[in-house]
Amino acid sequence: MNNSQTIRADVAVVGAGPAGIAAATVAAESGRSVVLLDDNPQPGGQIWRGGAAVAKGSAAQWLARMARTSVHLISDARVFNADEMTLFAEVRGNTVRFAAQKIILATGSRERFLPFPGWTLPNVMGAGAFQALMKTGLPVSGKRVVIAGTGPLLLAVASYAVERGANVVAIAEQTSWLRYLRFGISVSLVPGKAREAIRLLRQVRHIPQYKSCWPVAACGREALESVRLARSGTFENVSCDYLACGYHLVPCIELAQLLGCRISNGVVTTNDLQQSSVPDVYCAGEPTGIGGVELSLLEGEIAGHSAAGQLPAAKNHFRRRNLARRNVRAIARAFALREELKSISRDETILCRCEDVPFGKVRAMDSWRAAKLHTRCGMGPCQGRICGSAAEFLFGWDVGLPRPPLFPVNCSSLRQTFTESDLSNTQGASQ
Amino acid sequence: MSDRLNVRVNGETIEVAAGTTAAVAAFIARVPSRTSVAGQPRTPFCGMGVCFECRMIIDGIPHSKSCQILVQPDMDIRTDE
Repeated sequence: MNNSQTIRADVAVVGAGPAGIAAATVAAESGRSVVLLDDNPQPGGQIWRGGAAVAKGSAAQWLARMARTSVHLISDARVFNADEMTLFAEVRGNTVRFAAQKIILATGSRERFLPFPGWTLPNVMGAGAFQALMKTGLPVSGKRVVIAGTGPLLLAVASYAVERGANVVAIAEQTSWLRYLRFGISVSLVPGKAREAIRLLRQVRHIPQYKSCWPVAACGREALESVRLARSGTFENVSCDYLACGYHLVPCIELAQLLGCRISNGVVTTNDLQQSSVPDVYCAGEPTGIGGVELSLLEGEIAGHSAAGQLPAAKNHFRRRNLARRNVRAIARAFALREELKSISRDETILCRCEDVPFGKVRAMDSWRAAKLHTRCGMGPCQGRICGSAAEFLFGWDVGLPRPPLFPVNCSSLRQTFTESDLSNTQGASQ
Repeated sequence: MSDRLNVRVNGETIEVAAGTTAAVAAFIARVPSRTSVAGQPRTPFCGMGVCFECRMIIDGIPHSKSCQILVQPDMDIRTDE
């Protein structure tokens, strides 16, 4: 029982979204042995969810190209700890070690959520979450849906919902028309993007689209019945079956932090080769800054070439990558969160969904650490991934470094990862 | 593509499409995925295995993240009540 399986590879890639698929593929094409770990049942990440069976366009091309290589894809693998160049993952209940010469982190991003009265009601969820659930079978035909929050994702989710027969009754975007249009212009300069944007806009042209508008309450007895939207000082109640609300994306950097990679402004610092401050650890895609799928693919290719020692091949992509990086700043500027969003919650509004800790209790604390110790905010199974990124914005707190295990795991996994000295240290700390 | 299969949600058999997640099966069965610490019903929230609101007992395994688990024939899905 104690001997967990160890898999050795030249390169271990974490995350099978666009960046991870590109990185793993090009590294394998250079003759390196590659394992690609992903915590979903199928590769593709969030944006290419569903794997080869449903992939189109560049998703289909990349998945087919990867299938022609020797990349060893391991799905349902959740990396929960790291010790120098060894990663520990739980794979369908078993603990597996991955020992690699190079590690490429392509861990993606998650949605930022902000609390508001009623956001814990059934049928309120993230915007990306709504799309993920539709893609995995949620029937939405004829359902009234409000899509809210901020970011380019809202339009994509609305368009997808319309395709699936949903009755999208409003798109509430918190940024202003001015910022939104400025972003639209910058996007339209990127080849291919303008056509995509026009397609999306045409699909949702019949839907009321509000800017400088955000939900201040979700209302209902047992489940969601309506949403209260704030717009230029007035309020409007909109009846709906689903509220899909997300405030753009937050890079998933926990594993990078655990590996000791330098982080700056919430993103992993990398050089031209996508190399982090830890020489054998590379990083590609959203953890280096939210920039979309094209940038993720380019960074993935560069990271894959770099990790395989193919520097000329990596350099071939620098120029296109650097151009695509402009998107990061454009997105951040366009969808910056407005101050008003800090005052939607009431004292009794739940902030930490795992432990049901109300906003008022957390607000009375002076740091994330104090909030954790005194209110249990961030101490539940999500380990502060939801309430922590809200607290960063709401209170300006630094939510600090993650500690292993990065996810709740079985006791046997814990036993196989931690050395005797770790355990005695922990004991000492808790005295 | 249109393969359909049966799963049980809190003992009740429902038919869903292959490729559906257990989280969506709970939505289809109109069953909240869990009851919170303070007793509130919750449904899956992040859809990508981060928030743990979707955790249910799947084929006897507690705390399974149902949004990352595809349905299998005769899968037994239970909420934590």
